[in-house]
Amino acid sequence: MSDTRKTWMSLLAKAPPTALGRLWDSTGLAPDFNWLRAPEIGSTMVQGRMGGSGAPFNLGEMTVTRCALRLTDDGTVGHAYVQGRDKTHARTAALIDALMQTPLESRLRTEVLDPLKAALDERRRTRAAKAAATKVDFFTMVRGED
Amino acid sequence: MYVAVKGGERAIDAAHDWLAEQRRGDTDVPELGVAQIREQMTLAVNRVMAEGSLYDPDLAALAIKQSRGDLIEAIFLIRAYRTTLPRFGASRPLDTGAMDCIRRVSATFKDAPGGQVLGPTFDYTHRLLDFKLAAEGEDVPAAAEARDAAPARVPHITGFLGRDGLIEQDAAGDETPPDLTRAPLELPATRALRLQALARGDEGFLLGLAYSTQRGYARNHAFVGELRIGAVTVEMDIPELGFAVEIGEITLTECETVNQFTGSKTEPAQFTRGYGLSFGQTERKAIAVALVDRALRWKELGEDDQGAPAQDEEFVLSHADNIQATGFLEHIKLPHYVDFQSELELVRKLRAGADGAPEAAE
Repeated sequence: MSDTRKTWMSLLAKAPPTALGRLWDSTGLAPDFNWLRAPEIGSTMVQGRMGGSGAPFNLGEMTVTRCALRLTDDGTVGHAYVQGRDKTHARTAALIDALMQTPLESRLRTEVLDPLKAALDERRRTRAAKAAATKVDFFTMVRGED
Repeated sequence: MYVAVKGGERAIDAAHDWLAEQRRGDTDVPELGVAQIREQMTLAVNRVMAEGSLYDPDLAALAIKQSRGDLIEAIFLIRAYRTTLPRFGASRPLDTGAMDCIRRVSATFKDAPGGQVLGPTFDYTHRLLDFKLAAEGEDVPAAAEARDAAPARVPHITGFLGRDGLIEQDAAGDETPPDLTRAPLELPATRALRLQALARGDEGFLLGLAYSTQRGYARNHAFVGELRIGAVTVEMDIPELGFAVEIGEITLTECETVNQFTGSKTEPAQFTRGYGLSFGQTERKAIAVALVDRALRWKELGEDDQGAPAQDEEFVLSHADNIQATGFLEHIKLPHYVDFQSELELVRKLRAGADGAPEAAE
């Protein structure tokens, strides 16, 4: 459970807020809920590793918004930790996290998660394709020929 | 020492109003939007995020607008905002090996596995002013896309050297690193603390220091083993859930240098390394950090203290932060009337003593 939940929570966090908002709105879902933790803006210290693979060090912080809520209907709890300062993004992510634990799961997967995943995959593919177009082969020239 | 002064409220208000008017500039010219700065002044935004030590492109763009493009002032605004944020925790250490690279070059291996990827670089441009950019509404050519290119994990160059034992290995570990933002800097510093200080250090200062090592002040003959820029996902443990989730994706620049070797009768010769990691596309900064990191490692590598500035940990770490530096530098323009009055008295007394006659009273 936690593995698949981790996957959808990660996807919801990485999704562009506008795209997520549009897909969520088009589901027409608007469940009643109570805040366990109202959306709160804070930071996370990002750690790197010396030499890429050595011991950790603190690189700098990033902004993060988090919230937690409980669905009024069946008491399911949803959490969100998302990059940036968009409280609506966090709220929508937490609502979907909660509903993904209910029978609405397959509908949300088709209507929200799958399109988000496809868009993110496409963005990665485009980025890789543009990078690949700038791949070079350097030739070493002979020096000091007589 | 400066002293508190009272009054001047009306003058200060008027100065701030004028500042706002100057910031806006000629109102016949359309106002600059924060999104325009974020999208079109990207490298300035990246520098503000790196030295402001807070990854948030929208905030950095806002700070640049507010500061009229004075990047150190913008970094100051970001640092001040940062202190107001509650800290939710720390990420898991980033896996830069899994970076989706938009640029990746090696100056040491021509045929680096994974290839040499130039990416959106100024390198190989002619540095001639492009007057086409002065004419607005010019069509921008779309970037070319290679066919059948899929995102792939690009291995680190140093990994290949490491496999043969040709380069020193950084010991992996998972101890909690010290944090400059939580405890004051204490010397001698660990390498973890130095890398944090360098990551938020002033690009210009670090560039000068790095250049000094290349010119012979603690030369260590650096090659850029690898320079990579790209997106890395950030993963964080969520205590209330008991597992980690990816909370977002950030762009980073990483530079690994391959430097002159060490070795002894008992240990075979090995290349040594310098490391630079920085938020955003900040290539000059990351290379400079790697060179300075390597210079500061002289003690642990058993090298001589050449008395070079870049080897002096106290000198480098105490002066690399442009917010500390500008705070102290700029404070001398604030009222120092009492201080100066006492010095004035002293000079008058000394002069009176030298002349053998009392100064004329005012």
